[in-house]
Amino acid sequence: MADPQLAALEIAEPAAGRQASLLRDARAQLARRPSFWLSGGFILVMIVVAIVPQAFASWFGHGDPRSCNLSDSLLSSRSGHPFGFDKQGCDIYANVIYGARDSISIGILVTALSMFIAVVLGCLSGYYMGWLDTVVSRVADVFFGFPFILGALVLLTSLRSHSVWTVSLALALFSWPTLTRLMRASILSAKQMDYVLSARSLGASDWRLIRKHLLPNAIAPVIVISALTVGGVIAAESTLTFLGVGLQEPAISWGLQLANAQSDFQSHPHLLIYPGLFLSATVLSFIVLGDALQDVLDPRRNER
Amino acid sequence: MSAEALLEVRDLSVEFASRHGALKAVRSTSFTMRAGETLAVLGESGSGKSVTAMSIMGLLDPVRSRTSGSITFEGTELVGLSRARRRRFPGRNIAMIFQDALAALNPVQTVGSQISEVLRVHQGASHGAAKAQAIEYMDRVRIPAAAQRYSSYPHQLSGGMRQRVMIAIALALQPKLLIADEPTTALDVTVQAQIMQLLTELRRETGMALLFITHDLGVSAEVADRIAVMYAGRIVETGTAAEVYLHSRHPYTRGLLDSIPRAAQKGQRLTPIVGSPPPLTAIPRGCSFHPRCPRAAEVCTTDRPELREISAAHCSACHFAEELADARG
Repeated sequence: MADPQLAALEIAEPAAGRQASLLRDARAQLARRPSFWLSGGFILVMIVVAIVPQAFASWFGHGDPRSCNLSDSLLSSRSGHPFGFDKQGCDIYANVIYGARDSISIGILVTALSMFIAVVLGCLSGYYMGWLDTVVSRVADVFFGFPFILGALVLLTSLRSHSVWTVSLALALFSWPTLTRLMRASILSAKQMDYVLSARSLGASDWRLIRKHLLPNAIAPVIVISALTVGGVIAAESTLTFLGVGLQEPAISWGLQLANAQSDFQSHPHLLIYPGLFLSATVLSFIVLGDALQDVLDPRRNER
Repeated sequence: MSAEALLEVRDLSVEFASRHGALKAVRSTSFTMRAGETLAVLGESGSGKSVTAMSIMGLLDPVRSRTSGSITFEGTELVGLSRARRRRFPGRNIAMIFQDALAALNPVQTVGSQISEVLRVHQGASHGAAKAQAIEYMDRVRIPAAAQRYSSYPHQLSGGMRQRVMIAIALALQPKLLIADEPTTALDVTVQAQIMQLLTELRRETGMALLFITHDLGVSAEVADRIAVMYAGRIVETGTAAEVYLHSRHPYTRGLLDSIPRAAQKGQRLTPIVGSPPPLTAIPRGCSFHPRCPRAAEVCTTDRPELREISAAHCSACHFAEELADARG
């Protein structure tokens, strides 16, 4: 019974045929950002390096970070050893490459763990409120009260094992409250929307409401802050390791290399510069990536 | 309770806790709806019409609001039903469409999948069958090129199309009662007319009852069998559309009718109702309309007029309802 003319008018409007999805929309916008390409590309390279360091370490012919010769101690850059040698006479280039693994593993592990906790607790407490919310929020407040680094420092000092896992757990313990609060707040605001009311009026169960209607609409800010968190966690791990409570020898990590550079970097700056450069570039990349995601995923952005 | 009543609301009161004390959004309101009937609930913002709809749907937050009285749907008492049973009760029996369709559709799900989701969950239909059925429903609410629109996102559709999608979702469960909460307020006038026409047609085809909430006197005159006028949380006048519009027995309804601009009165000043509605935390004693009523007398400040039958199928809650009979000529 529809008026054919009217129908023709209305069909013309969404540029028939070209069906864009929200995800594709976001992807198209990301593609236009050089900051996204640069940071994303660098992170991708660093992740590959973390997975197969041997492929990269041997580029200059001397790929073993543990074959050290004291006679090379503190020598600066030369053929085959572009970054020079550290105090033990180990090749700094190979060490920097192998150091990516632990730093990036910890960064991603901690963030994944915090995000998981945040999604579960944030959804439950934001949706059900009541005593559950009170408990979750107050416990989060308690952990929120500790300065991030100080909290992890105190905890790690009392632990005997300082592996990737224990350091990750210690950092996750103090980084989940931020994400959980964000998730909860995001759920709270999504809960007010009419489409949630509408779905409930059709008889949707709590689980369906959370999974299909709340979570997909509330997760964006959490993804953004998670990307930023990865950078923060990598920096925090290096800080802890530098202070002597994070990873310990014989682990290879940027933090340890910086710690070892302490006594000699004034006379031999290359000890500090190369691991520092990689650490800064990685942390910066995650932060820039988070920023780019924020611009694209935040519906309140003004451009477009 | 009459046997043919589909929905019976008796002494329904809804209070919200607020900083300024209890906020009485709905105060002992009663009405009944028969199967297949269209009832328009008319009132200003804050008169309690949406809250009435939400309490029928069971969408009010039980922590922040208190509902008393009784709502029976085909003999089932809904007030005080357990949370789980209350949740499952609407759907097949009652469905609701909201004012702002963009806000009422999930922005990250395609419109088609939002319709077919309802079919899959409630009828256990397979993905393919649900999709075919959803497209059928989209056709039925006159969405052109429904098959292509199936995978559109809400923001890609126009306001009228979105409202049609909302209606398709509501219809998917073949409810016996459809509550429409100002379904056309956010739309252009031409689209409004199309949506109203669609609702009327669908109501005729399916035989469902329609509870139509609006503040638009014109729209309600067109579609409604009966009209209920609400003021400050109470129904002040009910009757057939013709009775209420032509022989109004309540000064508030008259005030509303007088404040509509008419072509015949071009150049003359409109007669608005003086003052503004009372805050729901401090509703006047007696008749809640008396501070604004041109006919207010001593009795209006002390005695609350109850809704009483003036003539067949016409009730008014005014002390002077009889005297208002044919003042309009």
